[in-house]
Amino acid sequence: MPELLEVKDLKTQFFTRDGVVRAVDGVSFELAAGETLGIVGESGCGKSVTALSLMRLIPQPPGKITQGSIMFDGQDVLKMDDDEVRGIRGNNIAMIFQDPMTSLNPVLTISRQITEALELHLKMDRAEARKRTVELLELVNIPSAKKRLDDYPHQFSGGMRQRVMIAMALSCNPKLILADEPTTALDVTIQAQILDLLKNLAREFRTAFILITHDLGVVAGMTQRIHVMYGGKIVEKADTNELFANPKMPYTWGLLRSIPRLDENRKAKLLPIEGLPPDLIAPPPGCRFEPRCQYRRDICREKEPELIGIPNAKADHEARCWGTQAGGWLVDSDWHRDVGDLAALDAIKAEVADLPPDVKRVEAADDDKKKGN
Amino acid sequence: MLKYVIRRLLLVIPTLFFVALITFVLAQAAPGSPFDKNETKPLPVATIERLNRFYGLDRPVYEQFVVFLGNAVRLDFGVSLQRDRSVNDIIGQGLPRTAQLGVMALFVALAVAIPLGVVSALKQNSAIDYASVFLSTIGTTIPSFVLAIVFIYFFGVLLKLLPFVGWGDGLDRRMIMPTVILALGPMAFLTRITLASMLEAIRQDYVRTARSKGLGEQVVIVTHVLKNALIPVATVLGPAAAALVTGSFIIETIFSVPGVGREYIRSILARDYPIIMGTTMLYAAVIVIANLTVDLVYGMLDPRIKVA
Ligand SMILES: Nc1ncnc2c1ncn2[C@@H]1O[C@H](COP(=O)(O)OP(=O)(O)OP(=O)(O)O)[C@@H](O)[C@H]1O
Ligand code: SF4
Ligand SMILES: [Mg+2]
Repeated sequence: MPELLEVKDLKTQFFTRDGVVRAVDGVSFELAAGETLGIVGESGCGKSVTALSLMRLIPQPPGKITQGSIMFDGQDVLKMDDDEVRGIRGNNIAMIFQDPMTSLNPVLTISRQITEALELHLKMDRAEARKRTVELLELVNIPSAKKRLDDYPHQFSGGMRQRVMIAMALSCNPKLILADEPTTALDVTIQAQILDLLKNLAREFRTAFILITHDLGVVAGMTQRIHVMYGGKIVEKADTNELFANPKMPYTWGLLRSIPRLDENRKAKLLPIEGLPPDLIAPPPGCRFEPRCQYRRDICREKEPELIGIPNAKADHEARCWGTQAGGWLVDSDWHRDVGDLAALDAIKAEVADLPPDVKRVEAADDDKKKGN
Repeated sequence: MLKYVIRRLLLVIPTLFFVALITFVLAQAAPGSPFDKNETKPLPVATIERLNRFYGLDRPVYEQFVVFLGNAVRLDFGVSLQRDRSVNDIIGQGLPRTAQLGVMALFVALAVAIPLGVVSALKQNSAIDYASVFLSTIGTTIPSFVLAIVFIYFFGVLLKLLPFVGWGDGLDRRMIMPTVILALGPMAFLTRITLASMLEAIRQDYVRTARSKGLGEQVVIVTHVLKNALIPVATVLGPAAAALVTGSFIIETIFSVPGVGREYIRSILARDYPIIMGTTMLYAAVIVIANLTVDLVYGMLDPRIKVA
């Protein structure tokens, strides 16, 4: 099957006063038409920047896509002129953002915000577009959609607004939807509804989607494949079942240990990943996860591992880890049992404890923000 | 909505009452009398006493105030103490000029401030951006009477480009300088507000959403950014109107514009109590109505504000 999207060696950087932030640092992946992909990783690892780069929505300055290609439907998005890119945005690739409270324009009616894309891309007139908007709102289960056309966003709840965002994303029948943490800002009970809606509609319309989240638990039943990101790079690629059954690298293990599970490990304690995310201005020279990895060896600090196929795994399963590669020390490890080098773990904890308190406070505040949202 | 307007209009009454009370007391408390203006040849004491009795100025202040109120509710503000004309007549003659000056100045201020604020937000660190910083600094830090004198000196006296005395009918070259100087303060203030609220609006998530729909940059700016950015600008039009009102006293006096503002200053210097009261009440009413209008417009611009 020809690929719908082929991202090769994408690098997106932000040129700030403190230095160059390598937010996305050589990311490659593909997506076939109708396929679904999850991108998972901690806050700040470059997930949003990856998604925004695909639509060339990186604020410039300070941001810039410095390298790579993004082939969408046989055309390189990075080589398009501005008009061509606008022809794709909302039309062939649509995006759903994290915070439905701020992603809709407060002074424009719901219908206006949907019809403008229909009028622009599908050349509908106002009346047609309004009719189509009613259908779209019904599709995403907005009750009495017709009556609510001329409501403003503040008259909708968070969950309803995210439904509106989904309707908006679907409006022009895009081939690809980028959903960037679409449920992070919502109540837990509403999260599942929104995810189901997204999944079902995407299946119905055969729309490919990329679901971005920091929570492995969210993508579990949602996407066919999962890519794990760390520090601006993809560190593990596998199909979803394989990733959960046979995760291969220590960062993924860390993510799995930090999500609540409903299966046999229910009683196991949730273990956070110790240490701080890498500094993307001056990332570690070797493996980016090395400063936080309790399985590390000397080579990890010296040389960066490649993202390559690995023994004891499915053919398309790739990981970026010295220990996991052929001949490595983690090839046969069972992450449930092998918790790594406890001395290394203590060293990591000690290092964080030594940091000035304000660094830790900033981190904690970031975490709170994530949860609070 | 109608209820809200009625309630707001009813609130105007106590506002105007207190403005009247305070002005009345302060005017009377200020030293000096309407009849002591001619220092070389003062009026005989008996004459002053007779005049005071004639105008009721010999009675206690509260009594005078009650009389004033009784007449004021019938929009009768009495007769000037020095000129043989009614207050309404004097105000009626000056008002069209003052209103024209104020409206033109507001228009000039908005016509410059909004485009300037918008463009400098879109093109930061450009020449226009610097121009707007320069303008807002000048307009907010240098008092209008200083600017007036500088302008008069350069454009009037040195370059002889513009006249700077008097007014006219319809449109007249004499109106240019007073209008521009009066506009400068609000212009500076509105430019800053426009710039700040544009910068605030432009980095909002919904702007990124708008771009993600494929909208052209112009559509994004006009329908998505501007519509939000102008709301704060609308809310400061009330204070801007107040600034124009107070500015008009000085500008009309400097440029000899025969308007209400000049009468106001003149009446204070002459202790012409009825004119002081009449002009003050007029200005208070203008500001109160301007604020009410702004609030109503605000409610229409921002759907999140329920005017009820
Ligand atoms: N406008 C910007 N200027 C400078 N740095 C930026 C900018 N936008 C993003 N970055 C940096 O790029 C890195 C990746 O950010 P990104 O938003 O992609 O993270 P994320 O994985 O989406 O995290 P989150 O879960 O918090 O959304 C971060 O380190 C961030 O500081
Ligand atoms: S390469 Fe080394 S440091 Fe990096 S994840 Fe693998 S074991 Fe850990
Ligand atoms: Mg993000």
